[in-house]
Amino acid sequence: MNKIPNRQAICESLMSAAENDRDVIALCSDSRGSASMTPFFTRFPEQSVEVGIAEQNLVSIAAGLAHCGKKAWCFSPACFLSARSYEQAKIDVAYSDTNVKLIGISGGISYGALGMSHHSCQDIAGMTAIPNMRVYLPSDRFQTAKLVEALLADEKPAYVRVGRNPVEDIYTENSCPFVMDKATRLDFGSGETTVGLIACGEMVYPAVQAAKLLADKGLHAVVLDMYCVKPLDREAVLTLAGEASILLTAEEHSPFGGLGSLVSAVTAAEKPVRVLQLALPDDHVITGKSPEVFAYYGLTAENMAEKLLAALG
Amino acid sequence: MNVKSTAFDVRRTALEMIMKSGGGHIGGDFSVADILTVLYFREMNISPENKDDPDRDYFVLSKGHSVEAYYAVLAEKGFLDREEVINTFSQFGSELIGHPNNALPGIEMNSGSLGHGLPVCVGMALAARMDGRPSRVYTVMGDGELAEGSVWEGFMAGGHYRLGNLCAVVDFNGLQISGTTEEVMNHENLAAQVESFGWQVLTVNGHDCDALQEAFALARKTEDKPTCIIARTVKGYGGGAFMENKAGWHHKLPSAEEYEQIAANLEKHKKEAMENE
Repeated sequence: MNKIPNRQAICESLMSAAENDRDVIALCSDSRGSASMTPFFTRFPEQSVEVGIAEQNLVSIAAGLAHCGKKAWCFSPACFLSARSYEQAKIDVAYSDTNVKLIGISGGISYGALGMSHHSCQDIAGMTAIPNMRVYLPSDRFQTAKLVEALLADEKPAYVRVGRNPVEDIYTENSCPFVMDKATRLDFGSGETTVGLIACGEMVYPAVQAAKLLADKGLHAVVLDMYCVKPLDREAVLTLAGEASILLTAEEHSPFGGLGSLVSAVTAAEKPVRVLQLALPDDHVITGKSPEVFAYYGLTAENMAEKLLAALG
Repeated sequence: MNVKSTAFDVRRTALEMIMKSGGGHIGGDFSVADILTVLYFREMNISPENKDDPDRDYFVLSKGHSVEAYYAVLAEKGFLDREEVINTFSQFGSELIGHPNNALPGIEMNSGSLGHGLPVCVGMALAARMDGRPSRVYTVMGDGELAEGSVWEGFMAGGHYRLGNLCAVVDFNGLQISGTTEEVMNHENLAAQVESFGWQVLTVNGHDCDALQEAFALARKTEDKPTCIIARTVKGYGGGAFMENKAGWHHKLPSAEEYEQIAANLEKHKKEAMENE
């Protein structure tokens, strides 16, 4: 398998687009290496803007470029982009309605042992709360490429979070069902009892593995790859809530204001069903590499399957 | 037309807006009025006719709280209707919000939180350069605003990219809500500070419309670096001695008696400006 990080998939898609569209602009805050954007900066220097370590400047300059017709893509670690430049995202991008795509790289706990300063486990909560800001967490490289293509075709603001590490493929080059702002539904098993797993970003792969484990136990397990956290695909959630005995959400985020909160708000109001929530704790995250940290907090396929089986009784 | 006298009309419209809506940033409106009027009537290539032309000049009011003066000058320029501006400013459901709203014709970007205008203008100036467009890009900041770190990120990038098509004006009235800028966070060496970021700096009397116009002309001629115009102004200028240079008039609703005095003073100054033409 050719594993690459999703950030690299973004660079490749943007380079294809930049070839024929000189309005595609990439901006970095001394982050081109960590964003996998060095090839873009090397190949399209006239379409690249370096602002130095200044995330507020990064986002405001992007908004100014976008206001004048550019398709401005900002790349910076999600921890800084979603917090240091939050007000610029709120005012210069979302409120002023500029065509800026904010790409938060190495999101969640990607930076592992580097500590809380480098984690972004509040970004979904923060960004979804801004009117006119969409929030996407694609799962694998194929979906990331489709998402970039869709985002290049519109002129609205968006925040995209991708991880630092290479991720397992969920889809293939020839089979990556994608409809913008619709969750991708994956069904496993054919039992009479249905359980639902709703996940985004790097949590989709373990959710799929969990669904396979549950299918082996005789259940019908459905995964919703909710890459579109905002606008949340309410219809897919409600359809699944009508079928499933229980739902489980999984996210690399604080337990507040993320995917679990958003899904629960929809089901509680319109189709009450029990929703188990797996997330990172409301606490300083333990030191370690991503897989170690995920294992420690139970963000694994095995724990997802176990939680659902235990809840079913 | 006589810009000095138009600037007094701008102040009068701002005064009426503030009386009708129940308060506003009157001190800064009066200090910035000459700068805005010179920009719109003597310097910038912006009008209701070319507002969507990519080659137009671009303006961002970074000190968004001087919105009354901004809407007033946009009304003078024909972007907005003066009566509507006075009657609906800050009223329920109005698009004439208490800080600039780019849903209105002629307004490029929303502002209100300080320290955003200059970095946004850096992006606009870069875009014009990338496309080989003749557009020039202008922002007006307050002096209190200069304490925001993002302003200096903007100065840094403007100097780094040698944006000769970028011009920042500082409405330097020396007062902010808590007192003098000197006491709150001083910028005694502002010219040297901005120069050290690679900018041309020009200091002028911000109520001398000819001097402002000359400074803008010099900025236009300077192609290898951006220009910062430090416009020395008086907060509350033209309203009368009781309100000029007083931090307490940063945001205020004048009493009925004060209103009469301010209106009379503005009328008197306007007359003088017309006589001196």
